[in-house]
Amino acid sequence: MSLGTLQFVVNKPRGPLGWWILAPIVGIAGAVLWWSAVGTQLSLSGLVAGLPWIADFLDRMLPPNFAFMQKLVKPAIETVQIALWGTLLGILLALPVCFFAARNLSPYAWVFHGLRQVLNVMRGINEIILALIFVAAVGLGPFAGVLAIAIHGAGMLGKFFAEAIEEIDEGPLDALRAAGAGTLQRIVFGVLPQVLPAWIGVVLYRFETNIRVSTVLGMVGAGGIGFELISSMKLFAYEDTAACVLVILILVLAADLISSKLRAMIR
Amino acid sequence: MIEIRRLAKSYGSHQALKDVSLTIRPGEFVVVLGPSGAGKSTLLRCINRLTPPTGGEIVVDGAPFSSSGRDLRLLRRNVAMIFQQHNLVKRLSVLKNVLVGRMADLSPVLSSLQLFPEADVKIAMHCLEQVAMVHKARSRADALSGGEQQRVGIARALAQQPRFMLADEPVASLDPKTSRVVLTYLKKSCKDSNIAVLCNLHQIDYALEFGERIVGLSGGEVVYDGAPGGVSGDVIRRIYPGLDDPNVLDAAQRLTERRRAAAEAETAATVREERV
Repeated sequence: MSLGTLQFVVNKPRGPLGWWILAPIVGIAGAVLWWSAVGTQLSLSGLVAGLPWIADFLDRMLPPNFAFMQKLVKPAIETVQIALWGTLLGILLALPVCFFAARNLSPYAWVFHGLRQVLNVMRGINEIILALIFVAAVGLGPFAGVLAIAIHGAGMLGKFFAEAIEEIDEGPLDALRAAGAGTLQRIVFGVLPQVLPAWIGVVLYRFETNIRVSTVLGMVGAGGIGFELISSMKLFAYEDTAACVLVILILVLAADLISSKLRAMIR
Repeated sequence: MIEIRRLAKSYGSHQALKDVSLTIRPGEFVVVLGPSGAGKSTLLRCINRLTPPTGGEIVVDGAPFSSSGRDLRLLRRNVAMIFQQHNLVKRLSVLKNVLVGRMADLSPVLSSLQLFPEADVKIAMHCLEQVAMVHKARSRADALSGGEQQRVGIARALAQQPRFMLADEPVASLDPKTSRVVLTYLKKSCKDSNIAVLCNLHQIDYALEFGERIVGLSGGEVVYDGAPGGVSGDVIRRIYPGLDDPNVLDAAQRLTERRRAAAEAETAATVREERV
């Protein structure tokens, strides 16, 4: 097919149906989306009708209570501390596991598959749910938050670490094997130098995410600024809520900025 | 001495090597010629067990293969390898890449802590000297050119102080001038230390120039084993079935004749000297 001087360069889909294969795909996708819209009660008129209430909410939040921010310094610092130790413990948990969870290094297929499932479970449970469990176990406070972030983060980091290992060039490993190097030497000299930049990137990204997560952990009593946020809302002190939101924004943006700068440095 | 007896390797129903018997004598430079897929790489990788053979046996220095981990490391220490893609660890320094060649004898824990005995560092530096790369010892491996990387690959193999060296198409990705430099370093350093070399090549001219003995491999079988002087157009056609490029055949014929003439002239000269 040609349109004047332009030519349409797309391969016809394989199979006997040709372009007609698109009809059922588009049809099914449309049906699923419609069904989900009904299920979630999507409604533009509902949103429009609610706009005055949102305006009212914003009106009550403004101006933010800047004086309240002084009281937020300590919880904000605690938030960062939770993210820091949550990330570190997550790394420590993920490190010994990741080598066995990489297809190319795992000694047996069942070890690889088993560990991947363990990591999936750790990753599959949301931090808030984990925090509820740990609050029950170790009591209210930031330590429960650290543990929640560490477990979920280990599942995430373990998977990404293992995937980075699967992408390495196996040539140098062959060379180390051919030179008679042992397993530890192959990992330290063949694997680590190749995966380290990717790993650091993943860890920084994880830290950034953990800052965001630890700002809401306080809602379930697991420490950090989230506690102030939820209590100010319960007391209808919306000017204080606005101050919390501002501090959270500052934290998240700072983490974002620092981690992207650091990631740019390792390239 | 490496004695290969009736070596066979099959991948499923595909037979990469069938019934290969060869003997590599100490200190000799043997070149393996053959088309892609003839089994050249498989042959080399069977010798140091990067690929386990499916039949036959390989005896290195009188010791038949045993599958124990210790024996395997001992075998690999004595049989070094050079790869087509260098296989250096790119983010490590040149010196550390060469030290990889010493690792079979080093403490895994200490070396992992980046602590190496002075004597081994000295050996590594000496090997870099042999390929004229000492000045780049502290550079990162990925900062070098292709030819330089392969010279470091040679240094790493030399650092093992091996008795044999397997070179799997060491110059396949290099330009002609760099190829000559690399092959010259390979041959000279191995001659200096009396290391026998088994080298896969794609270039017939380099094979005839550098090889002291040519092994022709085709379809997983040895179709020629003898002096470079004996590689006629006919032999080339046997190694590369279907090759009917008159230029290649002519060039091979001319190279062989020139070599033979040179050898005869040398014999004649010796005979004359003896008469005088």
